[in-house]
Amino acid sequence: MDNLFLKEKALWVRKETLNIHGIAPGTRLASSLSDVEIFVVLYYGGILKFDPKNVNWEGRDRFIISKGHGAISLYPILADLGFFDKNELTRISQPEALLGDIPDSRIPGFETTNGALGHGLGVACGMALALKKKKSDSKIFVLMGDGELCEGAVWEAIMFAGQRKLDNLSLIIDNNKISMLDYCQNIIDLEPLEDKFSVFKWQVKRIDGHNIAEVYESLKKIKEGGNGQPNVLIADTVKGKGVCQLENDVLCHIKSLKKDEIIEAIKNLR
Amino acid sequence: MNSDPTIKTMRDVLIEAIYKKMALDERVFFLSADFGAPALDKLRKDFGDRFINVGIAEQNLVNIATGLALEDCIVYAYAIAPFLTMRAYEQIRLSLSISAQVKPVNVNLIGVGGGLSYDVAGPTHHCLEDISLMRLLPNMTVFSPSDWKLAENFFDYSFDKKTPKYFRLDGKPVSLIYDKVGDLDFEKGFYELVNGDRTCLVSTGYLTHRALKAAKETPGVGLIDVFMLKPLDEKRLFETLKKYANVITLEEAFVNNGGLDCLISKILSDNQSGIKLKRMGVNDKHVFELGSRNYLHMLNNLDDESIIKTIKEFSF
Repeated sequence: MDNLFLKEKALWVRKETLNIHGIAPGTRLASSLSDVEIFVVLYYGGILKFDPKNVNWEGRDRFIISKGHGAISLYPILADLGFFDKNELTRISQPEALLGDIPDSRIPGFETTNGALGHGLGVACGMALALKKKKSDSKIFVLMGDGELCEGAVWEAIMFAGQRKLDNLSLIIDNNKISMLDYCQNIIDLEPLEDKFSVFKWQVKRIDGHNIAEVYESLKKIKEGGNGQPNVLIADTVKGKGVCQLENDVLCHIKSLKKDEIIEAIKNLR
Repeated sequence: MNSDPTIKTMRDVLIEAIYKKMALDERVFFLSADFGAPALDKLRKDFGDRFINVGIAEQNLVNIATGLALEDCIVYAYAIAPFLTMRAYEQIRLSLSISAQVKPVNVNLIGVGGGLSYDVAGPTHHCLEDISLMRLLPNMTVFSPSDWKLAENFFDYSFDKKTPKYFRLDGKPVSLIYDKVGDLDFEKGFYELVNGDRTCLVSTGYLTHRALKAAKETPGVGLIDVFMLKPLDEKRLFETLKKYANVITLEEAFVNNGGLDCLISKILSDNQSGIKLKRMGVNDKHVFELGSRNYLHMLNNLDDESIIKTIKEFSF
């Protein structure tokens, strides 16, 4: 895989995400910047099978974005790949727009509506059962935030997936360590996260979620699956990654950037 | 084991019907939140790959059911009614009600223990809010049968309908009401069991049995059984109601809070009708008192004697 190409894509996605935020200041910018490399590798790295012209293609892999608010950075990717018209990116959250501050399942490429947190993994478990029953080769990926792990229903699904050996299911945790009001460790400290998952019979791997090569190799490996266990990738990330006004600000979740700050942030992207 | 073949639990009848479909159709799944029934043992044994006990986890039950349904499976999700409808309310709202407006999902929530079915188990197991809560959600179908034949017929009717549905089943064995009634019109959503002239009882679920007894004992009193609380053909219901001067609603649910009484009140109001309305149900208090269902009915003025007394006082 051409890591340079993926790195350039990640840079471009951050720029586009900032532009989107300029149009729709209510979008959750910081949450949508920590998962950029994950989206880029899934969509441009050949991990996910998809067909933008036939979004319900039976052979596609299913990708459920449980942290719905943090998926603004997926909009430019889906537009670029032809899931919907690029012009949609210029009118987010305006009357008659397809795209909102939080994505819903009317948007081609989104399997489910999320945003109310803690639901994606349970629905994915149901899909995993159905695909196994159909003897399908397709896989299910779920993206979840670490703050979302406080939702009780998430653990019902974690226990279920382990018990049922759903090895066609992979969970990616965007472990950006900050919830809305505070660092996760000050709210409910779930570290070491590996232990929580392994006791519930999951295969666990922790990676640097901004290292393209590492994200790619890990996703490629869990895509192969077949180890009799569901997989979880704990991707250590930085909330607001790439934007100095957001990085390391514990309250960055709800922070909106002004027009001039966006211009400056785009200029400073590396 | 009861020896009367006309008395059955709705859940066993429904599970037997689901069993037959599972034998023919690989898409049918049965999910349980660790809740059983005599008829379920055979299903569990014969369809081990499509019977899934998710554990005592109603939230996950609804989400897993949704995931299966998004992959074109037909799913029956089975649990105790109050836990299914209230513990998993956001899952029902997001995964079913919201989702169903965009993508078809054939998820059937089978809630056992509507109303005061679990009489002595107390307020945790009573289910007096579910009619209002389920009716509140767009895109939901809310079915409240009064006998097991109705439950069986609705199952056949709704099997292929790719919408989320809530079955409000009674927890106790019930006798037949619809044994001599032919094809039921589920789009209409109600049936006039007794044609009266001055006062009409409008009931749903278990209390239709009491209402039927009262209507038979009181000449001139009509009875309408509302088995579809959503959707319901309000126009035809008003056409049937308008010949009456008085209407008394009966439900094992909290009154004045969005249940059957409010539905009927809305229909009467929309039609600027002068028909008088009396609501019978549980007033705004949880029921901690212990005793048989009959005893709980007595305490809440829902027993046979209270119903007849209300008819007499209210009809003039």
